[in-house]
Amino acid sequence: MAYEPLTISGSRIPNTIRRDAWWRTPVLVFIGFSTFIVYSTWAAFQGEHYTFGPYLSPFYSPELFGTSSHAWFGIRPGFWPDWFPYSPAFLILWAPAGFRLTCYYYRGAYYKAFWADPPACAVSEPRKNYRGENSFPLIIQNIHRYMLYVAMGFIVFLSWDAILGFNFDGKFGIGVGSLVLMINVVLLAGYTFGCHSLRHLVGGALDQISKSPTRQCAWKGVTCLNKKHQMWAWLSLFWVGFTDVYVRLCSMGIWTDFRIL
Amino acid sequence: MAETNFKIWRGDADGGDFQEYSTEVTEGMVVLDAVHQIQAESANDLACRWNCKAGKCGSCSAEVNGVPKLMCMTRLNDLPLDQGVNIQPMKTFPVIKDLTCDVSWNYRVKKRIKPFKPRKPDNEDGTWNINQDDIDRVQEFRKCIECFLCQDVCHVLREHQLHEEFIGPRALVYTAALEMHPLDTEDRLEDLKKADGIGYCNITKCCTHVCPEEITITDNAIIPLKERVVDRFYDPLVRLFNKLFGS
Repeated sequence: MAYEPLTISGSRIPNTIRRDAWWRTPVLVFIGFSTFIVYSTWAAFQGEHYTFGPYLSPFYSPELFGTSSHAWFGIRPGFWPDWFPYSPAFLILWAPAGFRLTCYYYRGAYYKAFWADPPACAVSEPRKNYRGENSFPLIIQNIHRYMLYVAMGFIVFLSWDAILGFNFDGKFGIGVGSLVLMINVVLLAGYTFGCHSLRHLVGGALDQISKSPTRQCAWKGVTCLNKKHQMWAWLSLFWVGFTDVYVRLCSMGIWTDFRIL
Repeated sequence: MAETNFKIWRGDADGGDFQEYSTEVTEGMVVLDAVHQIQAESANDLACRWNCKAGKCGSCSAEVNGVPKLMCMTRLNDLPLDQGVNIQPMKTFPVIKDLTCDVSWNYRVKKRIKPFKPRKPDNEDGTWNINQDDIDRVQEFRKCIECFLCQDVCHVLREHQLHEEFIGPRALVYTAALEMHPLDTEDRLEDLKKADGIGYCNITKCCTHVCPEEITITDNAIIPLKERVVDRFYDPLVRLFNKLFGS
């Protein structure tokens, strides 16, 4: 049986008779994501001013190969082609980017804001064909849980960076940057540990979750964070960018890192 | 309040258009009250489905100013009355007449879903023991009043008319209520992936936003089902784990 949509005469493209500012959220999402993508790409290509004192920018952590004291294995990987500029961020940024790109919240948000698929609820779309996440390429979104595993590793690295942020030449101290790094890891952890895939993996897959008290407890914890997943997603996105800005501007001598203790 | 203009879609399966009506709006009125008033005053043949006027029967679903809503739960003082009020039938389903549409497709889809298949009773008297925590999770899905606003707003059905390939949010909530039930032993994952087309959902959360019962459709029903489909069809590690240690 064919279902012909009801045609509303007098409507314009996009076809809706919604009167509220339905376009506001997708526009804000578009601006927010675009700003972050442009800034993070620019910051990744800089390859400098990513450390200041004990602080390491989260865009460059973990620093596998690099010139700072935070580097693990040396200055530059041997496999890196000479003709291509090198930045430590290139080796690691794919992981958090992949985690966010495949995140259930972000998917819904950028499908609307970037692909108008749909532009907003009950607003018509500019294209006829639709395959959703049922076939290539968007079927790849199903790797989200694997990106989660990697992202959880990053929480460990960033937590270590935050701890090191209190180490001023071997002595405990607190700078504004220490707090910036600490808040960063808290927000990123709030976002990562509220992930829908994690919620499923820790207990959501069980129909009789009460038989596994530990998993039930974990599921409740993840569910608690998951209820505000959108909030964690935006706060952590903003703050991770701000953390890089903070470290960068301190390193460039534009901002001063005030010591609290 | 005062005289307010309403544009109501009038027509049938062969076509139609908005017609303008004017009626007195008084304090406390909802959209359905205004429709009934217009019916009584100036459009006796206006077709409109309704029953409880309390947001519990799911009959008076329509689109008010372009947003899928229950007419009985949409207060007129929440709308910008100076611009008039647009009322049209749900776009996703075939129109029967005026504001009523044929939602029988939803019932046919529901029949297709494998029914509840409980495990053997736990006790000799034929009863089961269920932990409250286990049942709490699926209890939310039972609030559904089958107003089909979620089906109406879902762009896979609304825009792309993929009714043959995608069962829509309401049917997915129903499936989740069965699939996640602590007593159920039926396996619906292959159906979810293939016949039910869960992959078509791209998580816009529009279904959640319009649900008058405030069921967290996307986060608590659709995404958990998507994750179960990932377990079965896309995650080699989970498959290996389940093979080694049993699911």
